[in-house]
Amino acid sequence: MTRKSRRLWLVVACMIGLGSAAALTLNAFSSNIVFFMAPSQVHAKPPPADRTIRLGGMVVAGSVHREKVKDTPVNLFDVTDGQAAVTVRYEGILPDLFREGQSVVAVGTVNPDGTFRASEVLAKHDETYMPKEVAEELRRSGKWDPRFGKAPDAASWNTMTAADTPKKPATQTPDGN
Amino acid sequence: MNPELGNFALALACCMAAGQAILPLIGANRRDARLMALAPALAVGQMLALITSFACLIHAAITNDFSVQNVAANSAVSKPLLYKITGVWGNHEGSVLLWAMILSICGGAVALFGRNLPSALQARVIAVLGGVAAGFELFCLTTSNPFARVWPAPLDGQGMNPLLQDPGLAFHPPILYTGYVGFAVPFAFAIAALIEGRVDAAWGRWVRPWAVAAWCFLTCGIAMGSWWSYYVLGWGGYWFWDPVENASLIPWLTGTALVHSAIVVEKREALKIWTVLLAIGTFSFSLSGTFLVRSGILNSVHAFANDPARGVFILGLLALVIGGSLLLFAIRAPQLTTGGLFAPVSREGLLVLNNILLCSICAVVLTGTMYPPFMSLLFGKTISVGKPFFDATTIPLAIPLMVFMGFGPMVPWKRAQMWPVLRRLWWAACVALVALVLATVRMRDILPVLATATAVWVICSSLADIAERLRLFRQPLAYSWQRARSLPRAVFGAALAHAGVGIVVLGIAGMSQAAHRIVEVHVGQSEMLAGDSWTLTDVHPAEGPNYSALVATIEVRHNGRLITTLHPSKRTFASQHQTTTEVAIHTNLLADIYGVLGDRHGDDANPTYVLRLHYNPLAPWMWLGGLIMAFGGALSLSDRRVRVGAPRRAKTVDVVVVQ
Repeated sequence: MTRKSRRLWLVVACMIGLGSAAALTLNAFSSNIVFFMAPSQVHAKPPPADRTIRLGGMVVAGSVHREKVKDTPVNLFDVTDGQAAVTVRYEGILPDLFREGQSVVAVGTVNPDGTFRASEVLAKHDETYMPKEVAEELRRSGKWDPRFGKAPDAASWNTMTAADTPKKPATQTPDGN
Repeated sequence: MNPELGNFALALACCMAAGQAILPLIGANRRDARLMALAPALAVGQMLALITSFACLIHAAITNDFSVQNVAANSAVSKPLLYKITGVWGNHEGSVLLWAMILSICGGAVALFGRNLPSALQARVIAVLGGVAAGFELFCLTTSNPFARVWPAPLDGQGMNPLLQDPGLAFHPPILYTGYVGFAVPFAFAIAALIEGRVDAAWGRWVRPWAVAAWCFLTCGIAMGSWWSYYVLGWGGYWFWDPVENASLIPWLTGTALVHSAIVVEKREALKIWTVLLAIGTFSFSLSGTFLVRSGILNSVHAFANDPARGVFILGLLALVIGGSLLLFAIRAPQLTTGGLFAPVSREGLLVLNNILLCSICAVVLTGTMYPPFMSLLFGKTISVGKPFFDATTIPLAIPLMVFMGFGPMVPWKRAQMWPVLRRLWWAACVALVALVLATVRMRDILPVLATATAVWVICSSLADIAERLRLFRQPLAYSWQRARSLPRAVFGAALAHAGVGIVVLGIAGMSQAAHRIVEVHVGQSEMLAGDSWTLTDVHPAEGPNYSALVATIEVRHNGRLITTLHPSKRTFASQHQTTTEVAIHTNLLADIYGVLGDRHGDDANPTYVLRLHYNPLAPWMWLGGLIMAFGGALSLSDRRVRVGAPRRAKTVDVVVVQ
């Protein structure tokens, strides 16, 4: 084997390795990226049923209740961004820091009937913490603007009841807190 | 008094580190033996100063000195002694001090164990370590001083995050940090070689033990971290592809590549520039890993410090260290002599393949980790990538890696024939095929099936490698035993480490078949999972040192025979208003039975409890395999070739005069 062909072999091996890595990455990006959506976005443009998304917002006070399907507990609660609410179904144990009126992120898919089937519910290990995406969404929906002070107190979201939160996207936003 | 002593020791260490960074470098350039001799002395001095400083902080924590802000914020009188000590590194300031101390211990180790190095190389290595240490100690002193006082001192501390109150986490950070920081030594060797403008076989031989040692600690650290998240977080998962976990996996991948490419430098004087780049890259990834954890750029459960001033300082430090070293590399690397090229079918050819595949996996993990933050930074889109992405990208690259891994140790150097190698490995291939068939029958997806077969292949080929070297079953046993005693330990170490990888992958493949159920039951009710009957027999309250708990009793029976009794619990920490779930795990080494107690519902007369039940086949193998890998590395470090027989430099004109 000549020196040239040996060098060629090395270059080809590197190309194959990195090329397949790039191909795998691009392929996985096209099908496995998880987008963050707020409830109003889900209402406006529901994602396909097989697409996993992250749904984030505040848990509507008084909306949490449970059902029991064949000994498996199912938690149901509404998540809102102040414009629209989506009902989330979650089979499992809610995290210790899950509270009504606090921020939450649920990972899962949207059912054809518009409810959300969560495979995972995340509440951060800090009661004052608000996920970046949720804060961003609050700002966009006009609930909170960082220029006018800090994020709304979690307790004020408690006062917001399901009745205040239209299930369909509303034309006017409810009063900001 | 003591905190001031600690603060002074830290400042002293910082000054010594600065001296250590500058003086030996000048000495090595001027060939001044006295200035070079300062290097080991300063390194040891800096190490002792930092150990003193760290001891002072531990003393403050043990004696409940709440006038120290760090202790007040993270400790409490009621905390058990072990967690008072381990709580020292469970927070930002303490962990930076721990990091600096480990770095200084690395410098001290090079000073004490590196006596067979040429003094100019040793001086330069220690100088580079001193420079990095000075940066970190300055960071510690200026932006996150663990000895800062608070006035008036509170009567009791605030206590630490209950999640951290766990024996696994007590020892996880020091070991992981030793792994991260340990790669500073190969990095320093690489920089020293670039300054000298010379990389040869002897350099490869000197740098490899340090890389292997760091690799062992990092392997152990990652395995322990994964084990911690498995039994503390209570989600039944072991690896979440969390950015922080990825930040430890990336240097592990490049570090593994480094450990292998250094062999080629040592044996064949090839891949030299590449090895230097890997050494720089591995430490850069380690540093960025810490940065990502500490800065909160990537938000995750691990980020307990979100302070922009610190982020800017660390970012500057990173830019200086990484940018500076890459600049030096760009300037000096063309002057390094390149090694020979080699045949594709040879040991070095396969080691190159190993490097290509490991770096491809690393690139994929890096892309998956960095893409979401970049997208949100540049385009304002919030996206995330998770397990499906990483599974789809890393496993297809890991499978060929494992296939070649089986051949690697059997193929001779320089020029090899495929046929004799295949002849020795035929039975390993047969066993792997049987495993493939069995797995196809029993498992659902294609990737776990392939993973199982390749894992079995790796384990069997490691065994075949040892059997071949011992002439096992072809010569009398006594002869084999004699050969085993004369065989270098590094050979056993490598075989063990490879078998460890196989065991880890088997564990991961087994976990893909895990079953779980979430049920809501009354006391006395039974549920079936994975052929076992799980009965909740009792739930009662219990008191701990700083928490109150609700403890459940679950009996697990198989065909009526009692296998085990689990006691999962839920703890409520009054001082932090937090609850944590304590998982109960029963293992028979082939499978874990894993129970979690959830919420209590219903009226007080007849309450129901939510339980999460898991059956995790082969779960313990993941951590066992990790430990075996680390043990294999340690075994090869104990090889006498590493300790005695100092390698001599190849003679060139540029030999530095020693004494």
